[in-house]
Parts: sequence; C-alpha cells; structure tokens
Amino acid sequence: MSILLNKDSRIIVQGFTGSAGSFHAQKCLEYGSQIVGGVTPGRGGTTHLDRPVFNTVEEAVKKTGANVSLIFVPAPAAADSVMEAGKAGISLIICITEGIPVLDMAKAKQFLKIYAPQARLIGPNCPGVITPEESKAGIMPGYIHKKGPIGIISRSGTLTYEAVHQLTQKGLGQSTVVGIGGDPIPGSNFVDILDLFERDPKTEAIVMIGEIGGSAEEDAAAFYKAHMKKPLFIFIAGKSAPPGRRMGHAGAIVEGSSGTHASKIEALKNAGAIVIENLSEIGATVAKNFKPVAV
Amino acid sequence: MKLLEYEGKNILREVQVPLPEFGGVIDKPAQINSILKRLKKGPWVLKAQVLAGGRGKAGGVKLAKTPVEARAFAKAMVGMKMATHQTHGQTLKVDQVLIEQGVKIEKEFYFSVAIDRKIGSPVLIASSQGGMEIETLAEDHPEAIIKKPVDPVFGLLPFAARALAFELGIPAEYISSFTKVATALVKLFINKDMSLLEVNPLVLTPKGFVALDAKIVTDDNALFRHEDFASRDDIESSPAEKEAKKHDISYVGLDGNIGCMVNGAGLAMGTMDTIALAGGSPANFLDVGGAANQERVERAFKIILKDPKVKTILVNIFGGIVRCDMIAEGILAALKKMKLKVPLVVRLEGTNSDKGREILDRSGTRLMTASSLWDAAQKSVQAAAGKI
Repeated sequence: MSILLNKDSRIIVQGFTGSAGSFHAQKCLEYGSQIVGGVTPGRGGTTHLDRPVFNTVEEAVKKTGANVSLIFVPAPAAADSVMEAGKAGISLIICITEGIPVLDMAKAKQFLKIYAPQARLIGPNCPGVITPEESKAGIMPGYIHKKGPIGIISRSGTLTYEAVHQLTQKGLGQSTVVGIGGDPIPGSNFVDILDLFERDPKTEAIVMIGEIGGSAEEDAAAFYKAHMKKPLFIFIAGKSAPPGRRMGHAGAIVEGSSGTHASKIEALKNAGAIVIENLSEIGATVAKNFKPVAV
Repeated sequence: MKLLEYEGKNILREVQVPLPEFGGVIDKPAQINSILKRLKKGPWVLKAQVLAGGRGKAGGVKLAKTPVEARAFAKAMVGMKMATHQTHGQTLKVDQVLIEQGVKIEKEFYFSVAIDRKIGSPVLIASSQGGMEIETLAEDHPEAIIKKPVDPVFGLLPFAARALAFELGIPAEYISSFTKVATALVKLFINKDMSLLEVNPLVLTPKGFVALDAKIVTDDNALFRHEDFASRDDIESSPAEKEAKKHDISYVGLDGNIGCMVNGAGLAMGTMDTIALAGGSPANFLDVGGAANQERVERAFKIILKDPKVKTILVNIFGGIVRCDMIAEGILAALKKMKLKVPLVVRLEGTNSDKGREILDRSGTRLMTASSLWDAAQKSVQAAAGKI
C-alpha cells in the first residue's frame, strides 16, 4: 500500500496540450502512470499523446473514470481549474502551477470545502506525488525513486529530490513522496499527510522537509507528539536566511518572531523527531537510526 | 511588495476611508513652505517615508506646533538615516517625508487584515488598544486582541463589522463610522490582492474614525491583474535583484562572500545553510529555476559577479528534468564568454551527473567538481578563504 496514489489511480491532466502539460504527462506515462486523458478547453474531441482530450473535467471524468487530476494550467487560471476538478468529483487534485495569487487559493479552498468535500488538494507550487514503481503524478525525476518503507513529505521540490536521492543511494526506498508546495496557503499541510503516513501500514518511517516561514512545522510537531508513533526525521531549510526577505518560495519568509528556523527545530525536537542539521546527511542519518521491518 | 505610507493612503483615499488632511510629500526641505501656505492650520505631522515600523521611536515621526518647528523638522528629516528595530541593524535613508494635519485623537484602535496560513484564509485582527505595535500588544495584552477569519468571497459583512464594533467597546454613535471603514478596508484587501493591510492606529476623533497610518504589502503573484502596483518601482530591491527578476531568476543579495547558483528555492536555501554549516557565508540566494539552460546559467553568473564581495562561486544543480551533461556544457559555454576571476566549485547530482562531471573535469577549465553537497560547501569555504 501507499498513500494518495497507486497503480490503479486514473489520472487526467488539466492543461494537457500546453508545453509543460505535454512534457510532464509524457514523462508520467513513461514511468507507467495511468494517464487516461486530459483537458484543454476548445480542444475536446482530439487526441494528444494517444489519449483523449476533453473540453471540461466533468466530461473527462464521465468518459474515463478519472479520480486524480494533475494541473499545469497557468497561474491566472489555475485556481479555477482546481475548483473545476473538485466540482467534477475528482478526489485527488495535484496542482503543480506556481505563482497563483494567494487569495485565489483562499477562495478555491473555500470552494472545495463547500462544493467538493471529497477532494484532497496537493499544492500548488509543488512537484506532485509519486508512489515509486506504481504511479507518478508530478514533475519529479522518476528514476531516483525506489519502492520502500520511507514516507517523504516536503515543502520544496529540488530539496525533496536531494533527500530521495540520498535515501535511495543508501538502499532505503520510499512508500510515497508528497510535495505539498511552498505557497502560504497549501491545499494540504504537513499534518494532513503525516496522518495518512501514520495510518499507512507500508510506511515505517517518515522524512519531513520543511522550511522557514509560517507555522506548519510547529503544528506538525504538536500533531506528531499527540498522535504518532513512527520515527520522524526532519530537515528545515533556511537557517541562514535573513529575516524579512522572501527566498523564492512565497511561504519562505520570516515575519517577526514566528516561523523561524530555531522555533521549528525546537518544537520538533521536543516532540521527539530526529533533527538533521546537515542537508548532506539525510540519507546517512536515516540509515543509521532506522532499520526497516518489512523487506 | 511593500508600499510606503503615503502610497497606501492614496489607495485608502480612493475608497473613501477618512484620512488626516493631506499636506504633501516632499523630497527637499524647502518644499514644506508651499505646503504650509496651503495647509495653514496646524499642528502638522511630519512622517519619514521608509519601509519599516517603529519610526516614531527612531525620530521619524514629529509633531510641529508652529511653522518654524515644521521647517526645522523637515530640514532634519529629509535625507536622514534611520535605524528602527525592524531594519535588522541596517539604516534606511529617508528620501521622502509626508506632511499631514494633526488630528484630535480620542482613542486609538488597531485594525489589520492579513493572510492566516493556518486556516487558509484572510484574517482580521483588531484591538481597542492601538498605537503600540501588534507584536508588543500580543505579548503584553493578548486578551485585548480580537481575531476573526474573513471569508475570501463575502469579505466582512456589515453585521459582522457591527458585532466587532460592539466587542471593541466603540460608543454607539460611532458604530456606523467604524462599520463603514472596517468593511471598506476588508473589501480593499480582497479586491487589491493584498497580503497585509494594517492601520495602526485607527483613531477615533470627534468626527468619527480616521486612518492615521497605512501599511500595505501586495501579493506579487497577483501583479498581473493590478497594473498600478505592477508598474511601481520596488524600492526594496537592489538593481541586481531587479535585473534577476526580469529574467525570472530569483536572487536575494546577502552579506557573505560565496556566490551561489542553485536550481530550486528549497535547495538554494539548503545550499546556503550547508555553506554556513561548513563555516562559510553565502553572498546570495539564487534560484536559476527548473530549466537551467546555458543562457540562464550565463545570466546567473553575471548577476552573482555584480557583487564585488564574491570570492568564490558554488554551483549546485540537482538534475531532475534537466540533464547534468547539458548543464555542464552550459557552464563551459558561459565561462568561455566571460572571464571568471574567482574560483568555481560545481556540484552536479541527478540525471547524467557522472557524464556532467566528466565533461567539466576534461575541459581543462579551472574549476573544482565536488562529489557531494558537503564536499562542495567545504571546497568553496576553503576557496573563499584563499586556501585552495
């Protein structure tokens, strides 16, 4: 088992015929994901990458039985695409798009709560989700992953690849890798995904990669302490970042005294997580402190 | 992007939020004379237009009772260097001073709208104890702070604004004045895609509520639908940061001497941290983005080298979708075009990384390849110190 995504997931791509959508849909197909179609308004009835194109998500769901949507729609229209996917009954919406206005996301979240309570949103501004050797719905390089017992959850893309790569090199595979994205209002937060990993029998330990800004890591610490037993390894990026400056991710900014590197590390340490200070030692630290049960 | 107080107030004026009588904005002390001629009745308030809170304590807000006093304050304030507790040890030059008529204050309130990441929606924060900073208030009188989530679609409805007014203990005759101002501010926050709209203090005068200050932060992601903000010069960015932004490279200048070029914001931060852990100090944050091709690599080198503090450059690329052999070729092509006078350390990992390293090693170009991020960080720290 795994969380969120598996070999049976039926994926459609919104923004299917655009350059990013085409490129990554092709890579997902090569990885073995079941991409069952795509949506580009006005291109319905045609085919792309040997898959049907639909005008609306509703139609795509009806004709293909899709339950996952992977969104590459440009930022100005991306929140609308999220809502469309939710309204059409999609249960897992993964939004890769970066640069979406914060209030658009606030509205989309509100919309999903009211009109699409079945939907779980991952992202935006994220690399997506992969369950190694089963299905990839995202932009991560598939080949660095390996099936195994470690669940990974992260706010950053390339930092996730770095962690995955180090773990794979140490022979430690991953159950599912989830990039929740670097935006101030993510569809799902650390707590949501930690909860799923804790319940997943195939996940034996979790690596969480956070960054400065916000209080998602502090919330995760409280949740871990109260509700979880599996070992949790954490790395928090941004220790050397000066306060008040935005570091690429809209979420990675320290405002006042909240969301600092120190406050996050302290909260997680106190909750019993194993803190990794050196980014180069994620793989080595997990290998040293964790022995997989099910091989 | 942060707006200066007077820019924020211009926006508030458009939606009829009452403000103190406007005198003018000056960048030369002598300009105050014409303002004093127009705005005859004092007292006058002079406010330094810098992007930092805590101006009052740093001498950036002065109340002048006479024209003579006003002229003296203007002379002292225009061009002065200010450090407040929010400037993190740096000083800010006061280029502009806002002059307004003083108002009769009965009571000071605090009012702001911000994004609450935890609940994923805007949140309204209000207090009957305005004037002091919200951080201080939160520490000293947390019970005096009222927090209410704001629906991003409906905004603040009049009934909710009225309920808030009663909760704040606002006298009955001023309830409608408060409701008008509060709903207008929330509407403005939503319509203009702000990340922060803070009015501190929002003061009660005999004529009703007046916004004495305005601190606005806009959401850069929404600039595409707000031309007025998009066309404004971001005064907080350095020329190098602006140049980078034009080419979709995110760059933030820092104090250290190791220039960094990394793909991905998280990895870029992680690389800075690793340099610090190895005993060095990063000169910048730089994310070349996912498609790190030759042109972008070249552009990034140029931006990094604009900083004269840079003693070494560390390139850390995790090739996922981009292949490391392509990146290696890109680096070599960029180096061919420019004379690099500082040592260069390159760490390539991921897709075709062995091939990439081999291309660099065989090129005969003077650069160091690294086997891991830690190795790269240590090598660049040593190189920056002139040890290798």
